[in-house]
Amino acid sequence: MNSYTPPLQDMVFALEEVCNIRSFAAMEEFESFDPDDLHHVLAEAGRFASEVFGPLNKTGDSLGSVRNPDSTVSTPPGFAEAYDSYVEAGWGAAAFPLEYGGGGLPWAMGLALQEMLTASNLALSLCPLLTQGAIHSLLAHGSPAQKAEYLPKLISGEWSATMLLTEPHAGSDLGALTTRAERADDGSYRLFGQKIFITWGEHDMTPNIIHLVLARTPDAPAGTRGISCFIVPKFLPWQDGSPKMRNDIACIAIEEKMGLHASPTCVMQLGESGGAVGYLIGDENAGMSYMFTMMNNARLGVGMEGVGVADRAFQQSLQFARERLQGRRPETPAGKQSAIISHPDVRRMLLTQKSLVEATRSLCYYNATAIDLAKAHPDKSERAKAQELCDLLTPLSKSWGTEVGEMVASLAIQLHGGMGYVEETGVAQYFRDVRITSIYEGTNGIQAIDLIARKLPMRRGAVVKELLEQIATTAKEMPDELKTLREPLEEGVESARRCCDWLLAHPGDNALAGAVPFQRLMASLVGGWLLAVSSQASLRMLPAASGEEADFLRAKQVTAEFFCTQILPEACALEHAVTGGAELLYALAPEQMR
Amino acid sequence: MRQRHTHAQRRSSVARRDLPFRVAIRGRRQHNQGVKIAVCVKQIPDPANPGRLDADGKTLARDEKLILDESDSYGVEMALQLAEAAGGEVVLVSMSPTGEVGGIRTALAMGADAAVIISDDALAGSDALGTAKVLAAALRRTQPDLILTATESTDGYTGTVPAQIAELLSLPSVTFAKSVEVGSDGLLVRRQAEYGYDEVACPLPAVVSVTAGVVEPRYPSFRGIMAAKSKPTEMLTLAGLGLEPSEVGWTGARQRIIDVSPVPERGGGEICEDDGTGHERIVALLEELKVL
Ligand SMILES: Cc1cc2nc3c(=O)[nH]c(=O)nc-3n(C[C@H](O)[C@H](O)[C@H](O)COP(=O)(O)OP(=O)(O)OC[C@H]3O[C@@H](n4cnc5c(N)ncnc54)[C@H](O)[C@@H]3O)c2cc1C
Repeated sequence: MNSYTPPLQDMVFALEEVCNIRSFAAMEEFESFDPDDLHHVLAEAGRFASEVFGPLNKTGDSLGSVRNPDSTVSTPPGFAEAYDSYVEAGWGAAAFPLEYGGGGLPWAMGLALQEMLTASNLALSLCPLLTQGAIHSLLAHGSPAQKAEYLPKLISGEWSATMLLTEPHAGSDLGALTTRAERADDGSYRLFGQKIFITWGEHDMTPNIIHLVLARTPDAPAGTRGISCFIVPKFLPWQDGSPKMRNDIACIAIEEKMGLHASPTCVMQLGESGGAVGYLIGDENAGMSYMFTMMNNARLGVGMEGVGVADRAFQQSLQFARERLQGRRPETPAGKQSAIISHPDVRRMLLTQKSLVEATRSLCYYNATAIDLAKAHPDKSERAKAQELCDLLTPLSKSWGTEVGEMVASLAIQLHGGMGYVEETGVAQYFRDVRITSIYEGTNGIQAIDLIARKLPMRRGAVVKELLEQIATTAKEMPDELKTLREPLEEGVESARRCCDWLLAHPGDNALAGAVPFQRLMASLVGGWLLAVSSQASLRMLPAASGEEADFLRAKQVTAEFFCTQILPEACALEHAVTGGAELLYALAPEQMR
Repeated sequence: MRQRHTHAQRRSSVARRDLPFRVAIRGRRQHNQGVKIAVCVKQIPDPANPGRLDADGKTLARDEKLILDESDSYGVEMALQLAEAAGGEVVLVSMSPTGEVGGIRTALAMGADAAVIISDDALAGSDALGTAKVLAAALRRTQPDLILTATESTDGYTGTVPAQIAELLSLPSVTFAKSVEVGSDGLLVRRQAEYGYDEVACPLPAVVSVTAGVVEPRYPSFRGIMAAKSKPTEMLTLAGLGLEPSEVGWTGARQRIIDVSPVPERGGGEICEDDGTGHERIVALLEELKVL
């Protein structure tokens, strides 16, 4: 019933037509990438994800990971074996550098692989995802010795990794963290403190876990400028180099959560007996800036989590809508019931789900393409432009991808009626699982602050304006067959421009007050644009297509039209909220609010 | 906590642990490079999609991407295990009228060493015997020690090709294998039967059809997929095999498809309330069905 079918056709279409991934083959960085492999690689990875990770999603939810009295954590039955097969098959290495045993594929493809793992089993996929974050940090800032020691095993997935940022008094405000790191004589450090909410902080799937920990050295300046980043392995190397010595870091509790039951969310205690041995990455006090280098990848990955779960929820909705009989439509003979897919409102729900999934998928892949081009484009100014685009798109992908995850999963429950609220069908799990994605890796509110305070002001708003100009050009050049898309896109661009001007003219609380609605408006506009681009491509491809492919291409146009004419205008109406200012929000004093 | 191997340990023990049977190649191996195993594989439309008939309504439309028939993946897996344990080579042999290679790539990515694909427009419409003729001709060129096939394809279900290949090549045919051992003096096959299994010994070369589900086919690894591209894949036409178009395809087929009709919908069944005489009703029904 709730199996997952990787949406290969749409994935390949988005990568080829929206992201132009074929052009990557000419870049030195991606010499091992053959565009003709795209479908085959995705198909095999998708088969693996849906057949090996997928079936464990529900048992993982009902059994969950369990902490034992000896501080170890046991994962649900089947998880360790599935993770082993993942390592064996080598999927985690696909988009990392050849130098460390990776496969050298573009990140856009790596992200597509992630989508399928995430959709199959969000809880399990978080383990390799956290590892990816650590790999990016080490690639960018690790010493040659650290890279040699950790990267091959992390890239192969033999070891997993975690991120220890959050503390009880330091969540969004990481500058407040208090975990201490004292210098030891041998050049290493001893860490003391407590971290909370640590995903996959302890488990039985790998023989070692490499924790990346943010902490403060004794004389560090206050706030985010005084944070350093350390490698704290669960097991330290013994004389023979094998990881045998238990480090002074332990999981002292795991949380009971709304969802993601199979992913252990750990309270990690460091330094109960002498201090956890840690090795500094890069320089002292530079930890926050190092976090920022991996942040684009990690945040985009979380946005993709939302999209993956949304797609799975949509697939299940569609199947249910075809099977559930309720009510009678005129074309159905008397005495029989019609499938609910024939009702207008059910159609509305399905098209809303479908268009949101496809729009956010395109956005996330496009964002990943910008990451790739920023790294690999032969022309320096193109690399710089791609980096700006990536910086701008990341908060949009993270926040909107995760919001869409929630919306589409919630619609799936609605579409299932009472059965959606009952655990048996599994759609409730999607909602419970995906709900966290708009909170971790920087809440969506924090993403919006990033958008307003760092991204919008890039080149005094010119980066955003250039993107809007590009959207306006697409709208203007829209062929007559697709003219219904023109007006909503043009209106979207106009209202986004007015919002930008207003926000730039009202920095501080006024801009911050409109940050989240602006983020939603911008993301929806970019999503609509990418769907319009898809529509143009499908128009171009249709004459040569037949059968199922032609159906797929025509559906692209329907999806784009539905999104641009019925969903985008709703987002554009947020202009009022964007430009409403802070005054009204503060009109009631805290004690007056009740 | 459950006992677990480290990864390196596990990897090295995998082949031994997962092997459902022992493989012993003595004698043969000393003279040879090991055993050469050919696996006949078929590419079919993905059964997950609703199938369509082609324009004349007689055969399955095969104009989309084709995948490796799952029932063939067991033969591929068995061949790989035999070759890994004993040294040797696995060659895929496939007839593919459209020139599509997606399914072959999957089997190469699983670890097969090479592929021979027979692709020719004249092959469209081939019946089981036509298919067997083509495969037999290709196998004659390949000269394997052992030929594995599935018991039947998932889209055609004739189940006659393996025995026909054996007959055309004048080789022993062993069907429904559960396990295969290659020894110095030939093959030992355990053959699935209703009452248990038969043990069949036969000389090599031989044609063995492998029962679905007897081994667990591996997933292609990422590296396997990348490596598959550069594995030797020979594309042959009918002429290359020395076959005449008139022997195969629609013209050569000795079987005519007269009509294809949908499976009738299942009826609602009959529900009998047991008022104490239920057993009599059951006996009457069984008699009606002539099973009593
Ligand atoms: C399941 C799960 C897994 C997690 N995994 C990890 C992990 O692996 N590693 C790790 O380090 N952490 C992890 N976290 C922690 C997560 O990143 C934090 O919960 C998140 O950053 C929010 O911090 P907080 O919970 O302290 O909320 P708070 O920071 O207290 O935020 C509460 C609310 O206030 C808003 N807010 C806060 N500050 C501002 C501001 N300046 N302006 C406007 N609004 C503001 C927030 O947007 C939010 O809505 C995980 C959490 C969960 C629940």
